[in-house]
Amino acid sequence: MDRLLLIASTFCFLLAVVRTALLLKTRTFRPGRSSFFAIMAGFALQTVFLAVRGHALGRCPLTNMFEVFIFMAWSVALIYMVVGPTYRLSLMGAFTAPLVLFVQTFALLAPIDRPRTPKMEVNSWLEFHASMSIVAYGAFALACIAGLMYLLQERQLKTHQLHSVFHHLPPLTDLYAAILRLLWLGFGLYTAGLVSGFFTGQPLPRVKMACAIAIWVFYGAILQGPRLFRLAPRHVAALCVFAFTAAVSLLWGITFVSQRGPV
Amino acid sequence: MKLFCVGLSHHTASVETRERYARKSELEAGLRSATGCREALLLSTCNRVEVYAVAEGAIDTQTVARRLAASELTTEIDDTASFYRHEGEECVQHLFRVASGLDSMVVGETEVLGQAKQAYAAARENGGAGPYLHRLFQRAFRVSKQVRTHTDITRGAVSVGSVAVELAGKIFGELNQRKVLVLGAGDTSEKTARALASRGVKDLRVSNRCGERAEQLAAAVGGRAVPFGDWIPQCQEIDILITSTAASEPLLTRETLAPILEGRWDRPLFIIDIAVPRDVAPDVNEMEGVFLYDIDSLQSIAAQSLAQRRRQVQAAEEIIAQHVREFADWLGGARRNLRPDEVKDRREIPDAHPIRASES
Repeated sequence: MDRLLLIASTFCFLLAVVRTALLLKTRTFRPGRSSFFAIMAGFALQTVFLAVRGHALGRCPLTNMFEVFIFMAWSVALIYMVVGPTYRLSLMGAFTAPLVLFVQTFALLAPIDRPRTPKMEVNSWLEFHASMSIVAYGAFALACIAGLMYLLQERQLKTHQLHSVFHHLPPLTDLYAAILRLLWLGFGLYTAGLVSGFFTGQPLPRVKMACAIAIWVFYGAILQGPRLFRLAPRHVAALCVFAFTAAVSLLWGITFVSQRGPV
Repeated sequence: MKLFCVGLSHHTASVETRERYARKSELEAGLRSATGCREALLLSTCNRVEVYAVAEGAIDTQTVARRLAASELTTEIDDTASFYRHEGEECVQHLFRVASGLDSMVVGETEVLGQAKQAYAAARENGGAGPYLHRLFQRAFRVSKQVRTHTDITRGAVSVGSVAVELAGKIFGELNQRKVLVLGAGDTSEKTARALASRGVKDLRVSNRCGERAEQLAAAVGGRAVPFGDWIPQCQEIDILITSTAASEPLLTRETLAPILEGRWDRPLFIIDIAVPRDVAPDVNEMEGVFLYDIDSLQSIAAQSLAQRRRQVQAAEEIIAQHVREFADWLGGARRNLRPDEVKDRREIPDAHPIRASES
């Protein structure tokens, strides 16, 4: 039953994506309120789904890969709702909606929504650790999207080929500032998630810990890159895209393997 | 009642002809008494002189043209062929197109809207605009706003200076904290510097081989002159460089710029090279954080924007057509049922529907 909410939410994100695609096709792209409202409606339905699922489970709905993906899609939408309008990154919705749509559609179609057996006891540290880490992934996802926007805008300015979307993308310096803020936000949340992992009272899986620390170090290096290695903004943007792709692949890989046995 | 428009514009008349007819709004009262129009409004811009009028009987084009003539001598010259005339629905459509910038020399420009609003305000003051013209112009302003909002007709810069400003905005966002160096004191660089200053740039530096000319330009754009020998070190600090010297060889090459960029790896440098031959080697654009635009690139972007605006004309025409139909319905009804002094619809008269600050 709760999956219906998710299907409706996915449909909202689909509407936002279709609208953007149609406008891009007619070369009259302009970020409008309808896309923002579609994303907002999708986010509201996601929230209700997570609440219903959490109520049914009696705990934070992060018990299987399906819920992890949905929680992540929700985090991306949440941070977009907070960051997008604040930094006037209205076009970010055009990039956010496809990502959320992809993650949710995959989660709905893949056979990964299986109840966890045996049922785990509620562990608040573990829930804090998992939720902080996933919301951090949401911030990193948005940093990745801002990075893509930066690379797109920079490319247009370098090649002098200005397309319709050029007029709607924010200035490079604003995008770079947004990337850094999102990275710091994600890094802070991820640090909280990582540290709380030590308090769960459970044996620490070595591979998982090593990967988590590697991701933490990598994002830390990106943040310090401009100061220590004189990284140009374009490189920071490109690294954001790379780091998020790598981090999601690792998260997926580790969780997939851990479901088959402790790592 | 007949609603009509008589005028000439850049489409039909040379600038010399237009000059002869450029008149002030004080003429409207005389125009009404001389021609017998019940309402008359004069729209006079550098590209057009038009009279929008409402009369009970037929008033020929020559009568209006004669009244518009700037001097007695002008009446000796026969400019009748330069005048056009639109009546009823055609007149409505013409005004909606003018107010929306579709009839302008640069399609989509918005200056004409401001001029139309000024003309309307003046006519309102001197009594030239009655119920018909009030309703017509109020609707024209609405149509123009709708066209601007729902199409990309005003999108993109269409002159070298405005393209440079738009690009600077897309690189730096707010420009008020940006530093600009103008190298060479040519006419286009002056215009570009002025355009940047109008967008809030406060730190403008001018460097020229002739120090006196640099001082003059600096004074004109509210900047300061910098000795020509110091322009390369200035590149460490500035964000935007506008070059237009008469040098026969590039002044700025990869080799010259590389050591400067080392100290500013996290700050973009926007270079506008409007010199011919070019002052900046083209491969400088490949350097990290450098955005180089020469005169051809800027003109090409301006042409692209203009083409983009022209592609929007059809969408704008559709919006206008809908409003013309609605207005024509009202006009038909008003002609059948009401004399102008009997128009009761207070929403359509100016005191109940004043020009908003944002529109004036």
